[in-house]
Amino acid sequence: MSELKSSMIDSVMDALGDVKDPEIASVSILDLGMVHEVDVTDDKVRISVLPTFSGCPALHIIERDIKKAIENVEGITSAEVKFVFTPSWTTDRITPEGRESLKEFGISPPPANHVMGEPWEIDCPYCGSTYVTMENIFGPTACRSILYCKSCKNPFEAMKPVADMG
Amino acid sequence: MTQETLKPQEKKALIELLYQLADDDFLLAFRGSEWLGLAPHIEEDVAFSSISQDMMGHANLYYNLLENIGEGEADRIAHLRSPNQFRNAIILEEVNGPGTYLKEPDYDWAFTVVRNYFYAVHKHIRLDSLRHSSYEPLAEAARKIMTEQYYHLMHWEIWFKQLMTSTDEAILRMTAAIQKVWKDFGGVLTLGPYYEDIVKANLIDDENVMKKRWNNKIEAVLKEVGASYPGEPRMERGNGRNGVHTEDLKQATATLSEVYATNPATGW
Repeated sequence: MSELKSSMIDSVMDALGDVKDPEIASVSILDLGMVHEVDVTDDKVRISVLPTFSGCPALHIIERDIKKAIENVEGITSAEVKFVFTPSWTTDRITPEGRESLKEFGISPPPANHVMGEPWEIDCPYCGSTYVTMENIFGPTACRSILYCKSCKNPFEAMKPVADMG
Repeated sequence: MTQETLKPQEKKALIELLYQLADDDFLLAFRGSEWLGLAPHIEEDVAFSSISQDMMGHANLYYNLLENIGEGEADRIAHLRSPNQFRNAIILEEVNGPGTYLKEPDYDWAFTVVRNYFYAVHKHIRLDSLRHSSYEPLAEAARKIMTEQYYHLMHWEIWFKQLMTSTDEAILRMTAAIQKVWKDFGGVLTLGPYYEDIVKANLIDDENVMKKRWNNKIEAVLKEVGASYPGEPRMERGNGRNGVHTEDLKQATATLSEVYATNPATGW
């Protein structure tokens, strides 16, 4: 890879770091592990993105924001965004930084290596207590659940674990 | 198989199957969305609307697969077809009960739980087969949908089992709902007139195999809650896979497409 191309990819990645989840303002799409491949050819970028939940209404906004961010990168004239399903987006793609940012937003991150069908542990994002109850496995957005911390008496949300089912 | 390697007969079978998958989810998601604000309690309102949103997303995925093999734009497929072009099972288009969500809704929660639970069990069986589909884009979509549908199945199973082992009134209402759903649930379990081509192309398992899996599962659950298994589900009002539908589908598509149809060229 030429030095120019590699520095261009760095700039594109920087720009992607500024694209936030419209519903969780503290987390970028890189933090969420949604970016699969980035390909730069001359002044054109092709990027494949893994959708989190298939009915997520934020996907169109994310697509628009990615295009906007990348087309602002110096030397880039157009960006093509494609949603792909292979590999499947799973919650273990969320980066350590992403997990911390989720907590700041009051959302407990999902367990790292979840196996579908098995119980999972969720700690309170505020006080770290494990003494919590699940109020509703479904929440305000497709990817979240609603919980309550019995220790610090705060309601909070958690990201539903999503793992590949083979 | 990919888009490029499909033979004409396989493509025809694939199109039929995709319409069934898409329309089943589309119609039941719509009936689910009509419950918004009317579910038995606020937590259920949150859960059910989330499930309906997911299912609308699943329908959208299938419509996009249709778009990719030349059936036209996904939104147009969803909104501008006439009722006889729909391939969903009849039981999934049925209204939730008397009234409308705007005026005196007297919806039947037992019917909703039974219909959604029976459908979720079958959807899981279907996806489990589709993830090995010979058509790779469909297998990929199925693997994605499965991770979400897992939570739906769990949700409806809890409702079903709890109401079936609850008060006398609950059991009475649930039993009536099972009888009602049973009359037409056979329509969900069939792959329709192109069944042989669909199976020959290895797009999905034989419908008889999946039907047996569904019957075994439901029979076991009914036994667990102390109810009797009523024998094979029927298809009394006809086969939706043939384009046979009721007035309820007309009402559903008219409502769903009311805004879109005013100006299909606009981005809604």
